[in-house]
Amino acid sequence: MAQCLAPSVQWQMRLTKNAMEPSSMTSKMWNSFSLKPSRKGALKTSTKFRICASASGTINRMEDLLNLDVSPYTDKIIAEYIWIGGSGTDVRSKSRTLSKPVEHPSELPKWNYDGSSTGQAPGEDSEVILYPQAIFKDPFRGGNNILVICDAYTPQGEPIPTNKRAKAAEIFSDSKVVAQVPWFGIEQEYTLLQPDVKWPLGWPVGGYPGPQGPYYCGAGADKSFGRDISDAHYKACLYAGINISGTNGEVMPGQWEFQVGPSVGIEAGDHIWCARYLLERITEQAGVVLTLDPKPIEGDWNGAGCHTNYSTLPMREDGGFEVIKKAILNLSLRHTEHISAYGEGNERRLTGKHETASITQFSWGVANRGCSIRVGRDTEKEGKGYLEDRRPASNMDPYTVTGLLAETTILWEPTLEAEALAAQKLALNV
Amino acid sequence: MALLNDLINLNLTDFTTKIVAEYIWIGGSGMDLRSKARTLPEPVSDPKKLPKWNYDGSSTGQAPGEDSEVIIHPQAIFKDPFRGGNNILVICDAYTPAGEPIPTNKRHAAAKIFSHPKVEKEIPWYGLEQEYTLLQKDINWPLGWPQGGFPGPQGPYYCGIGADKAFGRDIVDAHYKACLYAGINISGINGEVMPGQWEFQVGPSVGISAGDELWAARYILERITEIAGVVVSFDPKPIPGDWNGAGAHTNYSTKSMREEGGYKIIKKAIEKLGLRHKEHIAAYGEGNERRLTGRHETADINTFKWGVANRGASIRVGRDTEKEGRGYFEDRRPASNMDPYVVTSMIAETTILL
Repeated sequence: MAQCLAPSVQWQMRLTKNAMEPSSMTSKMWNSFSLKPSRKGALKTSTKFRICASASGTINRMEDLLNLDVSPYTDKIIAEYIWIGGSGTDVRSKSRTLSKPVEHPSELPKWNYDGSSTGQAPGEDSEVILYPQAIFKDPFRGGNNILVICDAYTPQGEPIPTNKRAKAAEIFSDSKVVAQVPWFGIEQEYTLLQPDVKWPLGWPVGGYPGPQGPYYCGAGADKSFGRDISDAHYKACLYAGINISGTNGEVMPGQWEFQVGPSVGIEAGDHIWCARYLLERITEQAGVVLTLDPKPIEGDWNGAGCHTNYSTLPMREDGGFEVIKKAILNLSLRHTEHISAYGEGNERRLTGKHETASITQFSWGVANRGCSIRVGRDTEKEGKGYLEDRRPASNMDPYTVTGLLAETTILWEPTLEAEALAAQKLALNV
Repeated sequence: MALLNDLINLNLTDFTTKIVAEYIWIGGSGMDLRSKARTLPEPVSDPKKLPKWNYDGSSTGQAPGEDSEVIIHPQAIFKDPFRGGNNILVICDAYTPAGEPIPTNKRHAAAKIFSHPKVEKEIPWYGLEQEYTLLQKDINWPLGWPQGGFPGPQGPYYCGIGADKAFGRDIVDAHYKACLYAGINISGINGEVMPGQWEFQVGPSVGISAGDELWAARYILERITEIAGVVVSFDPKPIPGDWNGAGAHTNYSTKSMREEGGYKIIKKAIEKLGLRHKEHIAAYGEGNERRLTGRHETADINTFKWGVANRGASIRVGRDTEKEGRGYFEDRRPASNMDPYVVTSMIAETTILL
C-alpha cells in the first residue's frame, strides 16, 4: 500500500513538468502518431530498455527502500504526528520512532514542536506541546506505522489560540450533546493547481478552459484533470481507516470533492483533518499544488465549499422533520456568528450565484442549492432525516463548524420573541 | 533493465554462505565518507571477528604515495539496506601500519574518553539532531528552489507538506526505513525551516555508539541521495541571507542528570561548558561562524548563554526537564558538519572529567 501512488514515478527532484498535465496535450497532438507523450525529461515507467539504464535501475532501489517492510527486523514503528499550524489551515507533521505497535491514542507519548517556526510561539519560549488524539494507519509507510492527529497546548496545559479542537471536544462531551448522537457528513471540495504558475490543473496557462457545464462528474482528458489524485486519495483514506464515503469531479474543471461521514461528534473533525493531510501528501508526490481557497478563480467559476450535513438522533427518528425545522430556526438566529467562523474569504464565494446563497441572507429550502440550508426531498417525504449547511467554505475548520452546529441546535436557546419572529420570516411552523 | 534490478536484489543466501561487507571510513577532509567492499566466508555479527583491512591513503589525502597504506580497524556493524540478506556495513577507523591513529581519526581519542571509568559510570546518553540540505545536481542550488531565483520566505516549510513546501521527502522517508533496517537507533525526522532542508535524529545512544550510528546514518543518506540523483550538503550555512543554517544539535545527559535532583547537575555541567566555550566552538565544525550569528534560532558564536525553551541560546533546557527537576540539555552550537566523535567526547570530558 505504500506504493508510489502516481501512475508514473513523480520525483520531487525532477523539476520538469509532471506527467499529469493533459493541458499540454491538445487534441491535435492526441490524434497524431504516437500515443505516448514524448516530452523529454518526463519520467514515465516504460517497458522499453532505456539508454540511461542506471536511472531506472536505481529508481527501483529507492522504491524498495520506501516500501521496505521492516517488521521482520524490528518491532519498532514510525508515528507521524500531525498538527495544525499558525494560519489555521496549514498542516504540519514530523515523525518519531516508537518501540512497538500502538492501538490507542492514550498509549502515545505527548510531544512538542518549535512553535516559533509556525507562528505559534515566541523564540524565547518556543515549545508547544502536542497531545495525540486519533490514530490512523499510514498508507505511505505501510506495516504497523501510524498517523497521529494531535492538538496543541502551552506547557501549562492551555490550548493555544489556534487549537479549535479543544473547544469542540468540550461541546461534544456535554451530556446533552452526547445524548443526541450528532452525525456529520462533510463534503470537502478542493482545487488542484499546476506548480509554479499556480493556475488550475488542466487549464491552459495564460487562458481559460471552456465554460462550466461538461466537467461536473465528467470523464475524458478534456474534462477531468487529476483523477489519479482523487482515486489514490480515496484508497489511501480507506486504508488509513478514515470514514470516506465518496468522491466526485466538481463543476469547475480541476476541482474535486470527497465526502467523509457519517461520523459521530469530534470524529468528524479528526477524520477531515487526516483526510486533508493525506490529500496534500499525495499532491506533493504528484507534483501538483493543493488549494482550499473558497474562490480560487474570480468570475464565472464555482467556488469551493465544505457543505456540512448534520443530524441528531431525534431528527433521524419519526417526527424528525419538526426537529429539523427547529434546528434551522435556531441557526437562522445565529447566522452572523456561524458565518464568521465558516472560513476566511467566504465572502468571495457566497455571492448568491454559482449554487450559493448570499453571505448576508439566511435562507433554507427543500432541494434548493441556492439556499444557506438545504433539506433533501427524501427527508421531507419521510418526515425525518438530516439537513445540509451549505455555508461553510472549503478552508473551514471542521472542529469549529461541527462544534458550532451542535452548540446552536442543542445547547443554545433563543428568546421566545426572537423565535416567533424568525418562524414567521422563514415560514416555519414550529 | 529488469535484469539489472534482479541482479542487484539477488538473495545470495540460497546459493552461498558468503556475505559482502562494506568497510566505511572517513577521508582526509574529515567529512568525506569512503567505502569499499569485500567478501567474507560467512555471516559475522561481532566487529572483533572481522579482519582488519587497508586502503590507499594517498588517494584520500591521508598518506604519502611512497607509504600509502592506511589500516582500517572494524568498529561497528550494521545491516546493509542496499544489499539485504546477511550483508553488512562496517564502520571503521584508520591507523598507520605502526598502529597509531592517523590525524583525521577522531574516534580513537573519543573511545579513550568513553572508556574512562568516571565516564563509563555516568552512562552518557546522546541524541543527535542531524540537519542537512538537499541540492540539485550540477547547479548545486537547493532542491525545489527555482534556478536563478529564490522561493517564498521561510514560514510554511517547517514540518510542511505539499508540492510547494516539501522538497525531497522520498529521500528522507527511504532513509528512515533504511536506518531502522540497518539497526541504527533513528528516533525521528522532520522537514526544516529552510525549504529543501531536513533533519533526522539518532539516539538515545550510549557513549561511542552515538558517533558510530551517526556516521553510518550519514553514509546511508549519501548513498540514497546518490540513488536519487540529488546532492546532500552538510554545510552549516548553505545559502547566506535570511535562510536558516544547518546544525547538529546535541542532546546530552548522564545518569546523575536523569535521576532525582538531576537539574542541579545539569546546571553545573552547563557552567563548565560555559568556561570552555572557545575550545568547544573550535571543534564544533568548519564554517560555523557563518551560521552562529545570533539570528535564525542561533546564539552568536562569541556568546555563551543558556535558557529554558530558548532556541536563541547556546544551550537549551527543555520545559519538561525544568519541571521534573531532571532530564537532559541540548547543546545547539555544533554545526551540521561536526564530527560526532569529537563533539560527544568533548562534552563528556568537559562535564565529567574536568
